[in-house]
Amino acid sequence: MTEFLMSFWQTYNTLFYTVLVHGMLALSIYITLACGQLSLGNAAFMGIGAYTAALFTLKLNAPFGLSLLAGGMLPAFVALIIGVPTLRLSGVYLAMATLGFGEVVRVVFLNMSITGGSVGLNGVPPKTELWHLLLVMGVLIYFFLKLKNSRFGRALEAIREDEVAAAVMGIKTTSFKVWAFVIGAFIAGVAGGLNAHFTFFLSPREYGFDFAVDILTFAILGGTGTFWGPLVGSTILTILPEMLRFLGSYRLALNGLILVLVVVYLPNGIITVKKKD
Amino acid sequence: MLRLENIIKDFGGLRVLDSLSLQVGEGLIFGLIGPNGAGKTTLFNIISGLSRPTAGRVIFNGTDITHLPPSSIAACGMGRTFQNIRIFKELSLLENVLAGMHRLFTYSPVAMLLNLPVQKREEKALREKALEILELFHLAGKAKRQAESLSYGEQRKLELARALATSPKLLLVDEPAAGMNPAETEELMGEIVQINNRGYTICLIEHDMKFVMGVCRQVAVLNFGELIALGSPQEVKCNPLVIEAYLGKEECK
Repeated sequence: MTEFLMSFWQTYNTLFYTVLVHGMLALSIYITLACGQLSLGNAAFMGIGAYTAALFTLKLNAPFGLSLLAGGMLPAFVALIIGVPTLRLSGVYLAMATLGFGEVVRVVFLNMSITGGSVGLNGVPPKTELWHLLLVMGVLIYFFLKLKNSRFGRALEAIREDEVAAAVMGIKTTSFKVWAFVIGAFIAGVAGGLNAHFTFFLSPREYGFDFAVDILTFAILGGTGTFWGPLVGSTILTILPEMLRFLGSYRLALNGLILVLVVVYLPNGIITVKKKD
Repeated sequence: MLRLENIIKDFGGLRVLDSLSLQVGEGLIFGLIGPNGAGKTTLFNIISGLSRPTAGRVIFNGTDITHLPPSSIAACGMGRTFQNIRIFKELSLLENVLAGMHRLFTYSPVAMLLNLPVQKREEKALREKALEILELFHLAGKAKRQAESLSYGEQRKLELARALATSPKLLLVDEPAAGMNPAETEELMGEIVQINNRGYTICLIEHDMKFVMGVCRQVAVLNFGELIALGSPQEVKCNPLVIEAYLGKEECK
C-alpha cells in the first residue's frame, strides 16, 4: 500500500504542484474580476515573476524567499505602471492594455540575452517543495477569507456591480481597481517564481496569450462569485486532461465538450453563490 | 448649504443648462421640477461630480466642489440616488447599505487581516446602524435577501437607504416615486419627511405633483436649462410661466 502511494506520488507530484500554482493564478485573476476588471496580463506577470525569481537564484545566488519576493514585487510594480493610466477609465481598457502588454512581455523575453532568448532559462535549481506551495496557498485563502466580509471586499463588489454608484458612495474606485490589479500581479508573480523552481526550465512560449486565456477559463469555469470558484475551476482544468489521457488524441475534444456543457448548464460557473430570495 | 453659481452645461452645440444660479438652504426639502429634458438630472450629475459644467461653480458648505471627483464630493457629505435605479443587485440589502457606509469605516487592511478589535467593533456598530436605516424604510426584515429580488418600489427605497447610509449633509434624490403605486408613494412621502426631520437636507426631482406639493418647502422650476420660477409650492403652482411650461391650468387651485 505504502509502495503504491509512493509510486503514485512519484508519478503525480508534479501534477499536484501544478494544481496549486494554477490555483494561485486563478486567484490572481479573480481579484481583478471581483471589481469588474478583466486582466489578460496575468500570464505575463507570471512570466516576469518566473524569470525574475529564477535570475535572482541563478545569478545572485539569493535565498529562495528573496527570489520569490522579487518575483512578486517586479510584476506588482509593472502592474502599477500599467494600471494607473488605464484604470482611471471605466470599461474594457484594462483588458485591451493587458492584452497588448502580454505580447510585449513575450517579445522582450525572446530577445533579451539575460532571459536566454528563445532558448529560455535552463537549470533553475529545484527549490520549491510541497510545503512552500501549501503555505502560499494557505496565506492566499486566509487573505481572501478575511477580505470577503471586510469593508475592502464590499468596496470591490460594489465597484463590480456599479462603478458610478460606488463612486457616489464615496468609494475611491480608481485606487481600489489599481490595488486589486497590483495584488493580482503580485500573486501571479509569486506563482511564477514557485513554478520556475520546480520545472527547472523557463521558455517565453509558456507565458503567452494562450495561457492568459487558460487562466481566465479557470476563473470563469469555476465561477467568479466567490474565490472558491476559481480554485475549483483551476483544479478541474488541470486534472481533467490527465484523467482523460486514456482517450489518446480524443482527449482534447472531450475536454472541450465538458467545458461547453459546464458553460451551457452552469453559466455562472460551477460554484454559484445563492442568496436567500 | 449648496450654492450654484452661473452653471452652464453644453452637450456639443446644445446648451442644456444656461447660466443657472440657485441656493439650497440647510434643513429644507427642496424640489426641482420641470418638463422632461429641462436639465434636472444633468444638474444633479454636475452637483455630484459625475459630469463637469462647461462654466460656473458649485459651492457646497463653503467649499468649491466643482472639479472634485465623485468620491471626494461624497466624502464632503453629498449623497444621491439615481433616476434609473443603481443598487448593487447581486449583494444583499444589508451589504448594499454597508457599502454605502464605506467612508464611515476607518479600519486598516492590517486590522482586516489580523481581525483586530477595531474591525470587530466597527463592523458590529455599523451593522446595527445599517439595520436601523433599513428599518426606517421597512426593509430590515429582508436584510439578508438579494437586492435584485425586491419589487421596483422597494428597490427605490433601498437606494434611498443606501444613500442615507453615507451619512450625507445633503441628499439628492432623483425621481423617488417613479414607478411606485399610490400607496407606496404615500408611504415614501412619510419617509422623506421623516428623514428630513432627522436633520438631513433633501433636494429632490419629482414629476408627481402631489408628492412635490406635499413635502417640499421650496420649489425651483427648470425649463430648457433656465430657472423660470422659485418659491413655495403654492407660489410656483400659480406662476403663469410654470403653468404654461409644465403644469397646465388645472393644478392651480
